[in-house]
Amino acid sequence: MRRLQVLLCSGSACQSAGALEVKKALVEALTELGLTDEVQIVETGCMGPCELGPILLVYPEGAYYVRVKPKDAREIAQEHFLKGRLVRRLLWTGPTPEPRTIPFFARQKKVVLANCGQIDPERIEEYIAVGGYEALAKALTRMTPEEVIAEVTRSGLRGRGGAGFPTGRKWQAVREAPGKPKYVICNGDEGDPGAFMDRAILEGDPHSVLEGMAIAAYAVGAEKGYIYVRAEYPLAVKRLEVALAQARKYGLLGPRIFDTDFSFDVELRIGAGAFVCGEETALIASIEGRRGEPRPRPPYPAQVGLFGQPTLINNVETFANIRHIILNGGAWFAQMGTATSKGTKVFALAGQVRNTGLVEVPMGITLRELIFDIGGGVPEGRRFKAVQIGGPSGGCLPETLLDVPIDYESLKEYGAIMGSGGVIVLDDSSCMVNVAKFFLEFTADESCGKCVPCRVGTRLMLGILERIVRGEGREEDLLELERLAQLVREASLCGLGQTAPNPVLSTLRYFREEYWAHIRDKACPAGVCPDLLHYDILAEACRACDLCRRACPTGAVQGTPRHPPYRIVQELCIRCGACLDACPFGAVVKRPGRKG
Amino acid sequence: MTVEKKAILQKYPRAPDVLLALLHELQRANPQNCLTPEDLALAAAHLGLPLARVRDAATFYTMFSLKPRGKHVIRVCDSPNCHLFGAWSVVEELQRLLGVGVGETTPDGLFTLELTSCLGACGVAPVMMVDDEVFGNLTPEKVRRILGELRGGG
Repeated sequence: MRRLQVLLCSGSACQSAGALEVKKALVEALTELGLTDEVQIVETGCMGPCELGPILLVYPEGAYYVRVKPKDAREIAQEHFLKGRLVRRLLWTGPTPEPRTIPFFARQKKVVLANCGQIDPERIEEYIAVGGYEALAKALTRMTPEEVIAEVTRSGLRGRGGAGFPTGRKWQAVREAPGKPKYVICNGDEGDPGAFMDRAILEGDPHSVLEGMAIAAYAVGAEKGYIYVRAEYPLAVKRLEVALAQARKYGLLGPRIFDTDFSFDVELRIGAGAFVCGEETALIASIEGRRGEPRPRPPYPAQVGLFGQPTLINNVETFANIRHIILNGGAWFAQMGTATSKGTKVFALAGQVRNTGLVEVPMGITLRELIFDIGGGVPEGRRFKAVQIGGPSGGCLPETLLDVPIDYESLKEYGAIMGSGGVIVLDDSSCMVNVAKFFLEFTADESCGKCVPCRVGTRLMLGILERIVRGEGREEDLLELERLAQLVREASLCGLGQTAPNPVLSTLRYFREEYWAHIRDKACPAGVCPDLLHYDILAEACRACDLCRRACPTGAVQGTPRHPPYRIVQELCIRCGACLDACPFGAVVKRPGRKG
Repeated sequence: MTVEKKAILQKYPRAPDVLLALLHELQRANPQNCLTPEDLALAAAHLGLPLARVRDAATFYTMFSLKPRGKHVIRVCDSPNCHLFGAWSVVEELQRLLGVGVGETTPDGLFTLELTSCLGACGVAPVMMVDDEVFGNLTPEKVRRILGELRGGG
């Protein structure tokens, strides 16, 4: 073992921020200083705090270096690696450099993400060294399939893909379904905007998913599995290819695993850009090489699934939980969380929050703890307005609901859903009507078009929202929106349509006055909708410097240099905001509503 | 049929469920980054599927293009989170630099500009993907630099 271990986060986010260039610079610096035999650099999966990337975690000190640039590499190598002095200016610190004391980590409970950021995902040996494939060995050699299912049932684990169906019950249904062969599918078609935990798990700890699939296959009586990953995740695809090859080489996939009668192998399938394929029946159609369109259920995939055979389909995070349940027992898992939602959940924090990234917490913590204690709250000078949770199927919750515990039932009660765990924090610069419109645009675009309520209903709702943000809203629009929402929700074929109205319904429920401001006052209180705001120049602040006039693309700003004040001709103004950005004196202001 | 395409077809069994993988590979092999009518016919014949079924799949998925595209496909994430962080200024800068709109290809055949749904790198929004590489924390200035490097390096 070498003197120092440098873990370099090389998840997609850190790579896009330049992690590999940092690695190159580090290797050069180490070579130059003759330290290559003493310092080991390990590329790991996602460590969590994405906005701080590229990130280095140096052991044994446990020092986090954040926002590292290639030019910092030499200093870190020289000061820290050679002379043993921490480079304080790059250090991410809590009270001590120890990671556990950093608030971002202190409140987290890492189960599924325990290996992400700690091991090299492209080396199966590292996974095995931390207990990898032990759960599979235990299941195959010391447990019957029924016992495995009983343990999963006892854990209370529910599907992490969104709907929250009890996992043990699903496994039982597939086991009991008549017909052979049976299949196991891992749904890695993570498409919810704002959710990226499955990507992080596949990139950072791919074997944990394969191990979960193998245990599931043993439990339900399947010999073949498919893992379906969206084409937008090339790094996850690459790491899975490596993992599959290594698992086969070690005999952990393939014939007669651990010298038992159980054989299992997994085939990787790549999507081609269709959000609806995250829906289980659509995903099955896609694996079969057809259009990814959903079909009515029942029959459920447990009875009639892939190629018409009984099929178990679970999400990435669900499978990644399995090994922990088998090793530590269902009772251990069930200790975490609430009465109906057990274990931990990974959330992807994004939006107007200080610490963005991936966090794993026990079910049942409040939104406030998640967003403020772990996420650090909204950046300086802004005010928290809402949290969008559950992606396009989820909803927007206001500040008054921040103390709601995060579990499947509570979120649903208030009009959001757990979904896959995407959390987008919105501050007072966001217009809730516009946010609702944005999510509906997404679902309307992604609607596969097979059923009328979803295809036409989402378009009709979108039309109304577009009118409202243009300032052409009518009094009766809100009731009409609610009526349509009800229809789309009840009559759509699959989960995409059934949940598509949620962003609209939840904003109508909690931010109705904002809709009224758009409709009655023709004003966008957040100053977002260009048709419902105007720019003005404060006469007393204007110095007639002429910058705004020069910035204006339409000649709407008029005035003569050194003769204040300037003024804006509203009829010519396209409300692009160029004058506001150009003014050094704060004389240009944006106001809700139209002028006059 | 070119030798290259023949080699691709031979890798796949005559089973309808490999259709998407086969289409991906045929598309990649085409310098214009698209599926030609010949590609679709080859896939249909090889897998024993009606041509209509192959076209059906090829037109359903957004990542397949039946229209010629550039050597590099630039795809800007248009999801809510990236939008909050200025994805549109990135798109506008790209349109300005490339001189084409979304869905169009530059006359030199180098770049196609597209929008994409969430790339799952929301922590470093706004984000775009050029071919298989993800770029985050984009600003118009960073976009200029990336494009310059792509042009320089071919």
